[in-house]
Amino acid sequence: MRLIQVTAVKTEQATLGCYHCGLACPDDKIAIEDKYFCCNGCKTAYEILEGSDLCQYYELNETPGTTPAEFGFKEKYSFLDDEKTRSQLYQFVNDNIVTLTLTLPAIHCSSCIWVLESFYRINDGVTNSKVNFLKKQLTISFDKTKTSLRTIVEQLASLGYEPEFNLADLQTKVGEKNLRSLYIKIGIAGFAFGNIMLLSLPDYLQKFDTIPQNFQIFFSVLNIILALPVLFYSASGYFKSAWGSLRKKAINMDVPISLGIITLFIRSFYEVGTLSGVGWMDSFAGLVFLLLLGKLFQEKTYQALSFERDYKSYFPVSIIKLEAGKERSIALSQLKVRDRYIVRNNEIIPADSILINGKGLIDYSFITGEADVHSKVSGDMVYAGGKHQGGAIELEVVKEVSQSYLTQLWNNDAFNKHQDARITVLANTVSKYFTAAVLLIASGAALYWLPNYTYAANAFTAVLIIACPCALALSTPFTLGNTMRIFGRKNFYIKNTAVVEVLSNIDTIVFDKTGTLTESGSSGTEFMPAEQTNYPEAKLFSLIRSVTWHSTHPLSRKITQFLMDYEVLDEVEDLEELPGKGVQAIVENDLVKVGSEDFIVADINMDNDGRSKVLISINDKFAGFFAIQGTYRTGFKTVLSDLNKHYDTLLLSGDNDNEKEVLSSYFSDGSRLYFNQSPIQKLEKIKSLQSANKKVLMVGDGLNDAGALRQSDLGISITENINAFSPACDGILESNSFSRLYNLIRFSKTSMVIVKISYLISLLYNIIGLSFAVQGTLSPLISAILMPLSSITVVTFTSVGTNLLAKLKLD
Amino acid sequence: MSVLYILVIAALFVAIGFLIAFIWAVKSGQYDDTHTPSMRIILDDKRTESSDKKQEEKENGN
Repeated sequence: MRLIQVTAVKTEQATLGCYHCGLACPDDKIAIEDKYFCCNGCKTAYEILEGSDLCQYYELNETPGTTPAEFGFKEKYSFLDDEKTRSQLYQFVNDNIVTLTLTLPAIHCSSCIWVLESFYRINDGVTNSKVNFLKKQLTISFDKTKTSLRTIVEQLASLGYEPEFNLADLQTKVGEKNLRSLYIKIGIAGFAFGNIMLLSLPDYLQKFDTIPQNFQIFFSVLNIILALPVLFYSASGYFKSAWGSLRKKAINMDVPISLGIITLFIRSFYEVGTLSGVGWMDSFAGLVFLLLLGKLFQEKTYQALSFERDYKSYFPVSIIKLEAGKERSIALSQLKVRDRYIVRNNEIIPADSILINGKGLIDYSFITGEADVHSKVSGDMVYAGGKHQGGAIELEVVKEVSQSYLTQLWNNDAFNKHQDARITVLANTVSKYFTAAVLLIASGAALYWLPNYTYAANAFTAVLIIACPCALALSTPFTLGNTMRIFGRKNFYIKNTAVVEVLSNIDTIVFDKTGTLTESGSSGTEFMPAEQTNYPEAKLFSLIRSVTWHSTHPLSRKITQFLMDYEVLDEVEDLEELPGKGVQAIVENDLVKVGSEDFIVADINMDNDGRSKVLISINDKFAGFFAIQGTYRTGFKTVLSDLNKHYDTLLLSGDNDNEKEVLSSYFSDGSRLYFNQSPIQKLEKIKSLQSANKKVLMVGDGLNDAGALRQSDLGISITENINAFSPACDGILESNSFSRLYNLIRFSKTSMVIVKISYLISLLYNIIGLSFAVQGTLSPLISAILMPLSSITVVTFTSVGTNLLAKLKLD
Repeated sequence: MSVLYILVIAALFVAIGFLIAFIWAVKSGQYDDTHTPSMRIILDDKRTESSDKKQEEKENGN
C-alpha cells in the first residue's frame, strides 16, 4: 500500500522528503523556510524543537523523527488528570518531585536519546530524564507544582514519541529481577579470592623457603576475616536453596555445594585456630566466586523481552466514557456496568458490551484465531478483545473488564500454578546420587583410618571438600546459557536456561493454525493496477473491500486485511460466491468481480512467481490484480515432515475446518486435527494430553492460545515482531525463523548431550581429587589448583562444544 | 620484616576502597543498563548562537 502511495507522490513531486521524519511530502504547502514537512504533526515537532534550541537533533542523524500520530481526540490523555490513575503510574514521590518510567516504542536512534534526555529544555518542570535504549523506556522526574504528567505526555506525543500505556502499567509491579545483588556478591567473592590467593602465596612456596610462624598466623587470620563476608553474604543463596530443597525432602545441586563450602570453612577455621595448618580459604573463596560467575551467566536473560504478558498488556489504559453527552477519558479500571463509552477505528473493545450506536466491524482474530471481521448493528452483543474497524461506535458495558468472556480465561487454574517449579531435572537427579556417593566415600575413608582420629577426620573432610561439585554445577549453566545465546542468534528467544532442558524432553507438538502455520496480516500482498482505470484508487479499494469482506475465503480475508483503511460501502446487492472461481456483487450500481483467471478475463502477462493472483474487474472491465504470498509459512511442509519423524504432531485451531483436508496430510495422524476450539477448549485439550503422560510443546501466537501456552509443558509463541504483543510463554520465535523450528528443537537434545559429557569430565577430576583425599594426602595447594582447573576445563569444553555443534547443525 | 604488617594492612585498605567504589557503582544503577551509555557518549552539547544570547540575557538580567 505504501508502495502505491509513494509512486503516486513521485509523479507529482520529484524529491520532497520531510525534514523531520524523511517520508515523502504530498506537496510543498507545509514548510518553514526551506524545510518541508509531510504533515502538520512533523511541523509542530520541528517548531517545538526549534523553539527549545534542540535542532542538533537533526544533525546527529538525518531525518531522525517519527511521524507524530495525529491527535484524533484532544482529550486522549485526560485520564491522566485523575490523581488515582496517575499515582498508580508513579514510581517514587519525593515532596514535589515525581519519578516514573514511560514506554516509548518510537525510540530508535541516538537522536532520540539526545532529545529525550534534553527534555528539560522543552519543559521547565522536568528535572531529569534518562533513556534505556534496549527497553525503549524513558525514566523521567518532574516537579509536579510546575508541570503535570498530562502536559509531559502530550508534549512527548507531539514530538512523535507517544508513550504506550496499557492496563498492566497500573498493576503493582512485581519486583523486577535485579542483577544488582548478584554483581555485589560476585564483587565481594572476587575481592576475597584475589586477596586470599595473594596472602596464601608464601604458603604455596613453603617448600623453597620457610616463613616465620608469626607471619603465617597473621596471614591465616587475615584470610579468615576476608572469607567471612564470602561465607555470610556471597554464598548465602546456596545455603538458602539447599535448606529449602532439604525441607521439601529433595536434594538439589546446592546441597553438595553447601556441604563442601561449609566443610571447607570449618576445617580451615579449625586448622588456623589449632595452629595445625594454614587453612583452605583460597579454595573456598575461589569456589564461591566461580559458582557465582556461573549463576550470572545463567541469569543474563533477554531483559528487553517480556514473557509474562497477559490481556492487561493488550488492553488500553484509558477509555472514552460518555457522560451526559460529553466525552471524557477515564481509566479503564473505573469503567462500570451500564457505562456508555466510545471506541474508534483500530481500538480494542475492553469489556463485553452492547452496541448502541454506529456500525460495528469487529475483528475477533485475537480471541478466536479467525481472521474475519464480523459486522454488528446496534443492539448486538460485542465481546471484549475484539478490535473495531471503521468509524466511532458507542457501546454500553454489560460485564466488567475482569469478568468478560476473554478475560475469564485468566481466572483458570493454569495461570495460578507456579511456573518456575520446573527447574532442571537432570542436574537434580545427578546431585541426588552424587551426594549419596560422596557421603559414602567420605564415611568409608573415615572408617578405614578410624583408630587414628586425626587422619579419619582429615580424610572425611578432604573428601567433602574435593568432591564439592563446582565443575558439575558450572556445566549446566554454561552449556544451557550458551545454547540460549545461540538460539537468540537464530531469532529464537527463550525465557531462561531451564527451557532448553524441557524442550529436549518434548514428545508431542501442538500447533495453532491461524498466525502460527499461516502468515498473519497482509505481509507480502501487493496490488498491481491495470494500466487504465476509470476509478481513483481509494474508490476502487473501497469497492473491492465491500465485496471481499463478505467472503470467508482465505485470499479474500487477506485482501480485506490489506485494505483495512478503506471504507466498506453499505449498498451491496446480489452477492454471489462461486466456489473455485471467486466472488461478485453489485456495489453502488457497479458490478465488482474478485476472483481467479477463469473467472475474470484479462489480457495481461502475470509472472509466475509462486504468488497467488486475485484479479479484479469492475463492470467486466479488468482493473488490476492482487499478488498474494502463500498463506502458509515458508518451510511449513518440511518442518512438519521432519517433526513427524520424532514427534506426535497435532493441530488445535479456533478456525473452521475449511482447510482440514489440505492440512491432514501434513500431520502425523490425520484424525488429530481439532477445529472450532475455544481458548478454554484448547487449554483442556493440552491438559488431557498431559494426563496421558505426554510432554507437550504448544506453538501458538494470539491471545486465544494464551491458556494452551500456559498449560503446556512448554509454550512457544510465534511473532512477526519480537517487541510486539505476544502472550505469556516460555519462548518467542520470530516468524522468519519458523523453518528452523525442527533444527532448534533437535539442538536442545544436542545441548543436553554436551551437559552429560561435561558431567563425566568433572567426575573424572573428582576421582583424581578423591584419590588424594582418601589417602589423607590432599594439600591445600593441590586443592587450589585442581578446583579452578576442573572448572576451566568444563567451561571451555561446553562453550567450544555448543558453538561448534551449532555451526554444524544450525547453519 | 615487621613492616609487612603495616604494608599488608595498608594494601588491604586500598583494595577495600576499590571494593566500596564497585559496590557504590552497582547500587547507583551503573550496571543496570550497559547499552545506552555507549550511544550517549557520542552526543555532546554544542553552544548555538541563540543559546549564547539567552545566556547573555540571563546574565544581564541578574
